[in-house]
Formats: sequence, structure tokens, C-alpha cells
Amino acid sequence: MAVLLIAEISAGALAMDATAKTLSAVSSLGDVDILVCDANPDAAAKEAATLKNVKNVLTAKIGNGLAEGVADTVVAIASGYSHIVAPATAAGKNVLPRIAALLDVMVITDVSAVVDADTFERPIYAGNAIQTVKTKDATKVVSIRTSGFDLAETGGSAAVKAADAKESALSSFVEDRVQSSDRPELTSAGVVVSGGRGVGSEEDFAIIEGLADALGGAVGASRAAVDSGYAPNDWQVGQTGKVVAPDLYVACGISGAIQHLAGMKDSKIIVAINKDAEAPIFQVADFGLVADLFDAVPEMTKLVKG
Amino acid sequence: MKVLVPVKRVIDYNVKVRVKADGTGVDLANVKMSMNPFDEIAVEEAIRLKEAGKIDEIVVVSIGVEKSQETLRTALAMGADRAILVTATDDVHNDIEPLAVAKILKAIIDEEQPSLVLAGKQAIDNDMNATGQMLSALLGWSQATNASEIAIAGDSAQVTREVDGGLQVIKVTLPAVITADLRLNEPRYASLPNIMKAKKKQLDIKSAADLGIDVSPRLEIIKTSEPSTRSAGVIVESVEELVSKLKEAGVV
Ligand SMILES: Cc1cc2nc3c(=O)[nH]c(=O)nc-3n(C[C@H](O)[C@H](O)[C@H](O)COP(=O)(O)OP(=O)(O)OC[C@H]3O[C@@H](n4cnc5c(N)ncnc54)[C@H](O)[C@@H]3O)c2cc1C
Repeated sequence: MAVLLIAEISAGALAMDATAKTLSAVSSLGDVDILVCDANPDAAAKEAATLKNVKNVLTAKIGNGLAEGVADTVVAIASGYSHIVAPATAAGKNVLPRIAALLDVMVITDVSAVVDADTFERPIYAGNAIQTVKTKDATKVVSIRTSGFDLAETGGSAAVKAADAKESALSSFVEDRVQSSDRPELTSAGVVVSGGRGVGSEEDFAIIEGLADALGGAVGASRAAVDSGYAPNDWQVGQTGKVVAPDLYVACGISGAIQHLAGMKDSKIIVAINKDAEAPIFQVADFGLVADLFDAVPEMTKLVKG
Repeated sequence: MKVLVPVKRVIDYNVKVRVKADGTGVDLANVKMSMNPFDEIAVEEAIRLKEAGKIDEIVVVSIGVEKSQETLRTALAMGADRAILVTATDDVHNDIEPLAVAKILKAIIDEEQPSLVLAGKQAIDNDMNATGQMLSALLGWSQATNASEIAIAGDSAQVTREVDGGLQVIKVTLPAVITADLRLNEPRYASLPNIMKAKKKQLDIKSAADLGIDVSPRLEIIKTSEPSTRSAGVIVESVEELVSKLKEAGVV
């Protein structure tokens, strides 16, 4: 049995956290090859080759993760693999179902535990139930919810080889609108401070960012905060946003809807700051503070800075 | 130009989900069911494209139990022109897998020949996020998932996609499958007169068997269990107390 792992690439570089956690989730399933698809895949491939227990790193020159080309490239080499996996990121979710359909197999998305080679656990209904499924398909196409897995170790030296890139004319890249930030990445940060509708405006989100910076953490948001334009879409935590499991999650002015909890309830310690003592967020918080966030958050920032 | 919008009948997003004690699934008997919220956004987008003169006809399709007719009527009341129900099971607990749904949709599309499929990015029951991509693959069409903005010009569409780092803009050649994210639009409510009018709109019923599609599952559900629960912790009285507790816990 052999596994093909599609590496996560971000702005031309290997996204180590997502890739290495996916690797540790699947390394019990067989020899792992990593596929790097990018316009210039060499640097990311070199880094992927340092991951331990990787047999080969394959490169394919396909830019911007466009699904049609990546899927055709994977399908062309799929017969050599029992499992085709990727992290359950926006990129992984975009391409894996396409690959599965081309192979006439079901896709198994957002896997939170690998039971055996055919059996996987995955959350359904915004994490309100966990389903264990066993596939009858010959090739297993699986995306991994990385927040629950440890990083695979580095120190390896896999061989790097070029694969046959199948470019597609069906779609083309226009532009990325991404903001670079010096903060840690939301899905791998040890601390996440999130703001909700209670923050009230884009300007006041600076209060949330101030606490995040004092704690060396990332900034998150509820859907209501993103929809209202207080925070960019890539900060959204939840059922349909990002799933995070930091050591510390601080929810400020967030009520605690199930769709939000779906993205953060596996955090180690949850703090809730909300002026409504009845807010459901307090039912999952290890430490709750019933207070106005405009007083409490700046005060906390000050105390943390010491 | 014709657009096809698949819609799914799912548990209402406000309903608290209960896992059945025997571990066979989630209890869907006598709970409120609604249109999958992402599909509502897709229907709304189709209506706006029609209002803008970009498309002429909106066909909505639902696959599942016979009661999915209700969901189709909702879409018709919002402004879709015509509906097709494909019955594929008698039991609401039997969720038809995305691969089978995509095959059924492909069969409908072979007959209907739309230039665009607008779907929701995921269903809030199985949270698979797969049907649109699978359908696009089976048709050999282009795909754009997680759309927050769609601009159709000639034989292509420029789509702004919500991705992990922010937004990505791509251009897809039509015909295409585009899946809707939360911020594409805010769906309208159907007005009472439109709900009445929708009752008279055309709704055809077929079965998966009529279309020759095998819907037997590829995934065997071994069990469905409750997630590990968190219990509420303590309410602290001040920011000072909060910070000292966090210091004790070693996270600050
Ligand atoms: C299909 C679907 C998918 C969804 N996906 C997501 C998702 O991925 N992520 C997500 O977050 N949501 C998601 N939602 C939305 C979700 O249901 C909630 O609407 C949303 O999480 C609410 O955000 P909120 O808690 O910020 O706002 P609200 O529910 O309005 O809560 C605001 C809170 O702020 C408190 N507050 C106000 N002012 C102050 C103050 N000065 N000081 C302290 N507290 C204050 C209030 O007491 C209140 O509890 C989804 C919904 C649907 C239908």
C-alpha cells in the first residue's frame, strides 16, 4: 500500500504545518509520496523532502492550485496508490472530490481519525456527531482535518522527481487578494483571540488584535463579524470557516452558535468574554468573564504585557 | 442561457441535532427540515443573474425523499422557473452520497443542457463539500468553489473565491460548476403571493432508477456517536483573576 499526499502550498512555499500534520495522520497506511504542484515547485519540494518517512517527492508545474490541472495530474499517477490524501484546507477541499469522481470513488472529507486503511472518523452536522465510515472503494481519497494531529518530524531526505503535469485550459488564474501578516497562522497558532458581532466595527477590531499581539497569537472572527465587514473572510472560525485547536482560545463578543463552536471547541482552554451571562459560549468556556469587552479586553492586554 | 441549481432538504440549521442512542445515526423524525442554507444562496444568485438579464431560465433539482418537493416549492417561490425532483430513497435517514448525487445531476444535465450549475458549497448535514466538484469532474467542466462574487461575461465567468489566505480570483470557461459561499449574497424571503404562484409552477418527478443510476452507498456507516463534550468551567469575577488563572494553567 502506498499513499500520495498532495502538499499544501501557500504563496509558492510549502505550508509545513498542514502538510506535516497530514503526513503524521496517514503514515501508518504505507509508504508516502508527496506531490508538490506549483508554478515553481522546486523550493517547496526541497522542503517537503526533509520530512521523515517520505519515499519520494514529486513535482508538477501547475500554478495557483487550479483544480482541473491538479486533478488530471493526480489521476494520471493514481494507479500506483491505495490512498490519495490532502489536508482539509480550501485547496484540499477544492481538488479531492474532483479526483475522487474521476476515479469513480467516494471522497471522505475532513477526517478527524484514521481507524485503519479503510475506516475513518469524521464530524458531521457541524461537529454535533462523529461518524465512523468504512469504504468499499479500491482507492481511498481522503482529506485530513489537521488540527487534531501532531507534526511529522523532519530530518529525512526523500528523492525529488518530476511528475507529468497536466495543465488544463478550462480555468485560469486572475489574481490573489491576500494580506500578508506577521502574526502566526490561524490554524497552527498556539493562541487565538477572536472577535464577534459584539466588537461592533472594523476600527474596534484593533482591540482584539491588540490582545492577540500581546499573547503572540492569531486573530479569528465569527461569521457575523466577517459578514459585517469587521474582519476579513480568512479569519472566520467555524463549520464553514477554519477549524482551530490552540492551547488558548479567547472569544470576545461571540455568542457561541453551534456553527462557531464547530471550529473551536477542541481548543485546550477556552475563555469567553461576553456581557450577556446567558450567552451559550459560557457553556463551553473553561473561564468565563461577564463584562463589556471594551473594558475587559484592553485591561487584559495591559496585564498580559505586564 | 439556462442555469441549473441543485437544492437539498436538510435539518434546519437552528435545530439541535440528536444522535440516536443505538448509534445508527442522527434523529430526523419530526424535526424541522429546510433548504440547505448554501443552496438558498445559490438559488438567490441565479435569480439575481436572471434579473440582470444574464440568464433566461432557472431549473432547480432536488434528490432524495419525495418530501423534497417542499424544498423545490420554496425555490420556486423565491423565483426559480421550473423544478425536477429525483426520488432516490423512501427513508429520510438514508443520505444519498455526493458521488451518486453527482451522477444523477449529470443525467439531468445531459437532458437539460444548462450552461451553468450553481450549487451550495456544502450541505450542513453531512458537511461533505463535494457534490459540485464531483459533478464538474463527471461533466468535464471547469469548477469554481467557495464563490463570494460571480461576474458572467460572454462565454466565461470571473469568480472571486474565499480561500485560506484571503480571496482568489479565477476565470472559468462556461459551461461551469460554481459553488456558493456564505458571502455571495443574502437570500430573499419568498412573499406570500409568490408562494401561491409557486404552487402552479412545473414540477416533474423522476426516480434514480428511471435515470439508470445506482445510488447504493460506497461508504458503510459503522456508527454515529456523540462528540466528546466540554463542561462549563468557572466564571471569574475580574480580568485580574482571569489572567492569574491563565498563568496558573501555563497558557499566558
Ligand atoms: C450555513 C451556516 C454556516 C455558518 N458558519 C459559521 C461559521 O463558520 N462561523 C461562525 O462563527 N458562524 C457561522 N454561522 C453563523 C452562526 O450561526 C452565528 O450567526 C454567528 O456565529 C454569530 O456570530 P456572533 O457570535 O459574533 O454574533 P451574535 O450571535 O450576534 O453574538 C454577539 C455577542 O456579543 C455579545 N456582545 C455584544 N456587545 C458586547 C460587548 N460590548 N461586550 C461583550 N459582549 C458583547 C452579545 O452578548 C452576544 O452574545 C453559520 C450560519 C449558517 C446558517
